[in-house]
This record gives sequence, structure tokens and C-alpha cells, in this order.
Amino acid sequence: MIDLELRAPAHLVSRRARLYWTVRALIGWIVVAVVELAILAGADGPGPVTATIAVVTGVLALAHLLVMPQWRFRVHRWEITDTAVYTQSGWFTQERRLAPIARIQTVDTQRGPFEQVFGLSNVTVTTASAKGPLKIHALDVGVADHTVAWLTERAQLSGGDGT
Amino acid sequence: MTLARPKVEDATWHRLSPRMLPVHPVIEVGKALPALVGIFLAGSSQGNHIWGLAATAVVAGVSLTRWFTTRLRITPENVQLRHGLLRRKTITTARSRIRTVDVSSHVLHRVLGLARVVIGTGTNDRKGEGRLVLDGLTLPTAAALRDDLLHRGLVDLAKSDTHSDERELARLDRQWIRYAPFTLSGVLTGLVIWGLYWRIEGESGVNLARSGPLRAVSDWLGGLPTATAVVVVVAGLVAFVAITSTAGYILAFWNFRLVRHDGGTLQVTRGLLTTRATSIERRRLVGVQLSEPLLLRAVGAARATVVATGLRTGRGAERGGEVLLPPAPLHDARTVAALALDGTSAIAGELRAHGPAARQRRLTRSLVGAVILGAAVVGAELLGGPLWLLGIAAAILLAAVPLGQDRYRNLGHALIDGRLVTSHGSLVRRRTVLAEEAVIGWNLRRTWFQRRLGIATLVATTAAGRQGYGVWDVPVDEALALATTVTPQLLSQFQAGSPRARPTTSW
Repeated sequence: MIDLELRAPAHLVSRRARLYWTVRALIGWIVVAVVELAILAGADGPGPVTATIAVVTGVLALAHLLVMPQWRFRVHRWEITDTAVYTQSGWFTQERRLAPIARIQTVDTQRGPFEQVFGLSNVTVTTASAKGPLKIHALDVGVADHTVAWLTERAQLSGGDGT
Repeated sequence: MTLARPKVEDATWHRLSPRMLPVHPVIEVGKALPALVGIFLAGSSQGNHIWGLAATAVVAGVSLTRWFTTRLRITPENVQLRHGLLRRKTITTARSRIRTVDVSSHVLHRVLGLARVVIGTGTNDRKGEGRLVLDGLTLPTAAALRDDLLHRGLVDLAKSDTHSDERELARLDRQWIRYAPFTLSGVLTGLVIWGLYWRIEGESGVNLARSGPLRAVSDWLGGLPTATAVVVVVAGLVAFVAITSTAGYILAFWNFRLVRHDGGTLQVTRGLLTTRATSIERRRLVGVQLSEPLLLRAVGAARATVVATGLRTGRGAERGGEVLLPPAPLHDARTVAALALDGTSAIAGELRAHGPAARQRRLTRSLVGAVILGAAVVGAELLGGPLWLLGIAAAILLAAVPLGQDRYRNLGHALIDGRLVTSHGSLVRRRTVLAEEAVIGWNLRRTWFQRRLGIATLVATTAAGRQGYGVWDVPVDEALALATTVTPQLLSQFQAGSPRARPTTSW
């Protein structure tokens, strides 16, 4: 996908992530649809302009719902070795982030209400640089907890203040 | 003589100096001035000053609670600050984490012999956490605290301002003041005055333009022919910016001195009315940045700032702490930067150009930007704007190619003396020198366009300064070579062909 000599991180995120992203995007599109319907109901009846907008919205929504989760699933990758954390994310702009475990300062997990329903969890690894947090989205809860525990332990071993 | 060292260390909670009591109300009333003026003006139209006086009293009273609720404790391990009236908060900073100490005194402080001490630690400085502000220590206490915290040992305080254990690296050359108008700092002053004007007018409902000298000026301008009026206004604005910029330069950098103490600590002292002394421990100073805004570059000048952990990077007053050298001739800026970094040649070294793809991207970007901007201006013209807008559109388009060329020329990177050097920008050209060991990790960013051109933006993340310094539009293989040289272990394990980390059982 990216012709770097740097290979992509080894692991994909949770398989359930695709379903979760689809559902979340679907909710967003439903909100848009409701607004459009409300405007339509306020108008005198479906005219050519409103019909076009509705069709365009529908096509965009369908394309987004079908493509985005698959695409994201392929791009979002992560890997943790004995000494480093490595992530890849993005879409139009893709970004790979690397940080040594020895310089890790905090490891957090965040779970939103929807993510809890899907059994997913996000892991954020921060270093002493405000520009360098590494975020791993949509991991299985078990994997996330394991990762956090492991990273915390490793980071403590290395000591120092991380700057 | 050995001065009785003010005791800064014991386990009891202290208040800040009671001399701060008259300072707080003055400062807070000053901050609330536009609102208070509004209330007064609104009240005076009804012949009633009660509300204005009451509001002032409330502001002053609330400001006093700050002194009564603030306590400070310095133990051998920690510096602790407790404050807050309704929500009490205790901030504890471990002394081992202290990176920089900044002592400043504004006019009121100086009259009363006080200082404000800002203690910087490395962690999350950008969010304002991990930063301790002790506003209102007596000067001797502040100096003793600074020396104590930076482990300079027991220094004779009476002498520490003068010589013996320090070496001067630079001091203000009055010739430099001629660069002040080119800093354009006066533009900001103008905007602040303008904003103040609108706030007072908005909150009082009084139209200031219809009264007094402003009206006289606008009447006089109205009487002139249009062309003359434009010339007069432009000349007036230029003069205003030049004068306020010069005043700003003198206020900020008068008595500027950069010294290195025996222990290696760098200290910058400066200021005409508000004096300021920033001390940076040697191992916290990881780099230097030279920045040349276009106008300063045109007259061959640059300003130098330090890249250090524990110093906040920001605009305006916040930026104050990181000054290494005020706008000065480029040659002097380079010399001082090299001195601060133990004589390295990195700051003036040859950089590696980023090649044709980077050049293409710089040109495309500035052309596309110019076309969009030009189209907007032409659109405004078509909607009935004056004819000279077309001239502006033409100027924008003509400037695009030279701008893109210049942006490309200024791109570059190198590794010199164990330091990463990177340069970019045209309207503000910046060259940064960052010690390799200060690099924490990397962000390798590629937009869709960059992927097509085979280039990337490589950001070295660090705990210092701006937290990340970018090498822009560098060919991917060069980016990887650079990152691998700086942090070999980090990169090698992810190089193509290297074995993947074996997923642990539950992964």
C-alpha cells in the first residue's frame, strides 16, 4: 500500500471494528436523512432540487458505508515489540508513528458507549512530546487490556523521566 | 561578604510576600478596565457612578482573595503550591523534574522589590500543567530559590549578578535596534489598541469617532483628495508600526545579556520596565532555532530562540522565555547559537536539498493557493469592488512562483555533530538544530499527493520547544535513512524484511 522500505505494522485491529465503524457512520447518515426529511415535509412537496439532493445523499451514504470501514480496517494497523510501539492510521493523509517504549509516559484506554456495546477499546500511548501520542483504535477489550498492562510494566522497567 | 541566604527550604507552608496585596487589585482592575470603563460611561449618562465604583470594588476584592488563599511550601523533594478559594488545588512538583526557572518582575513588582517565578518541568507543558507560577516572592528569595532549584549550589548572592562564575556570551548591541521596525511587532500593538477601542465603544455605546481628536483627524482626511488621503493614511500606519515596534523592542530587550554560569546553566536577562531572567539548565538545552521573517531576512537579520525541555513555546508574552537573542544580524545570531550549543557548526552548516519532487509540490501548492486567493479577489471585484483589487490579484499571481521557488530553496536537512538540522519556510524561514538524543520518536506523514511523488514529511517528536520538528517533503528513502541514523534500534526492527513481532498468545 505504501511503498516505504519501512513495512506496515504487523497487526490489524479488531474484526468487529468494521461493524462498529459502519454502525457509527450509519447513525450519522440517519441524522442527515432525518434533517432532510424534515425539510422535505416543511416544503410543498418533492421538487427536482430536493429529489436530487436526496439521491446524492443516498449514493454518498452508501459509498461511505461500504468503502470506509473496509478501507480503514486495512490502513489502521499496529505493532508492539520489546522496545517500540508502531502505529499506522489515516486515509487521505496517512501517518506512521514510532516511539520507543523506554520513553513512554502514560498508557490509557478509552471506551465510548458504542464501543462498549461492541466490546472495543482504544489505547493511547503518550510520550513526553505533545506531538507524539500513538493511538490504536478499536482493539478487542481483552487485547487492549493486555497491551496496556504489558506496556505499563515495560515502561516502568526502563526508568528515567522520559524526556 | 556572604549574604544571609534567605531560607527557602522548610516544611511549613508560607504565604507569598504581603507586598503583593496592593499589586493584585491594580492588575485585575487593569485587566477588567474595558468592561469597567463601559460601566462607568453607561452610568455617567444617567449621572450615577455607583455601579462603576461597586464593580471596581468587587474586582479589587476578589483579586485580594488570591493572596489569602495561596500557600507555598518548599521541601527537599518538592515544591508545592496550594491555592483556590472555592476549589482548593495543590500542585506538587518534584524538584528532580525541574528544568527551567524564569524570574520576571513587571513595573509594580520592581517598585516593591518582588518577582514572579515560573518553574518549568518537562511534562505536558503545552497544556499548562506541570508548570508552577509563584507570583510575588521577594527578589532575594526568588534568586535564592532559582539557584537552589537549578543546583547551582550556595552562590554568593550579592555577586551572582555581576561576574566571577559566569561568562558573557552576548549583550545588546544598540545598533540592533535599527532592526526593530522590521519585526512588525507594532502591528500587534495596533490590533490590540483597535480591539480595545471597539470593546470600549461596544460596552459603553459611545461613538468615540464622533468626538474629540479622532473626529478632527477624520474631518481633515475627508477634506483631502482621495490619492493624498490614501498616501497619508499608509504613511501614518507605517510610521505607527515602526515607532511601536521600536518601542516594543526596547521594552523587551533593553539590557539584554546572555551568560553561561560555571555549572553550564544559560541565563538570559533582559527588559526595560519588566525585567526578566530565564535560567536553563545545560542538559535541558537541546537545540536552537533561527527564524527569519521575510522583512528581517531582507535586511539580513534573524532572531534566535532556544529549544529546551520545560520551556513553553507560544506567542506573545509566552514566547518570552525562549529568547536566546533578539533580532540581530544573521551572523551574530549564528555565532551566539553556536556558542550556546558548545561551538557546533550545525547552525550554519550545508543542508541537503530535497529534490525535484519537493520543488514540484512547493510550486504547485503556492500556485494553487494563489489561484484560489486571486479568484476570490477577482470575485470581489466583479461584485462591485474597486478597480485596484485587480492589481492585487495580479500581484498575488505574480508572487506565487518566486514564493514557491523560495520555499523550495529553503527546504533542507542534515545531520551535523550529532544534531538534526532542518529548515523550511519562506514568509518565515526557520532553521532548527535539535540534539539527536532529544528525539523521542517519529511521525511519518504522507498525504495522497506526497505518496504519488514519493516524498514524506518526517516529524521528529521531542519533549522540547514545539514538541515536534518537521523535515518537509523529503524523499521517503532519505527520510528513513535520516531516522535510522538518529534512532537505529527503533527503526531497524520495522524495516522491510525484518521479522515481525511474534504476536503474543492472546493477540
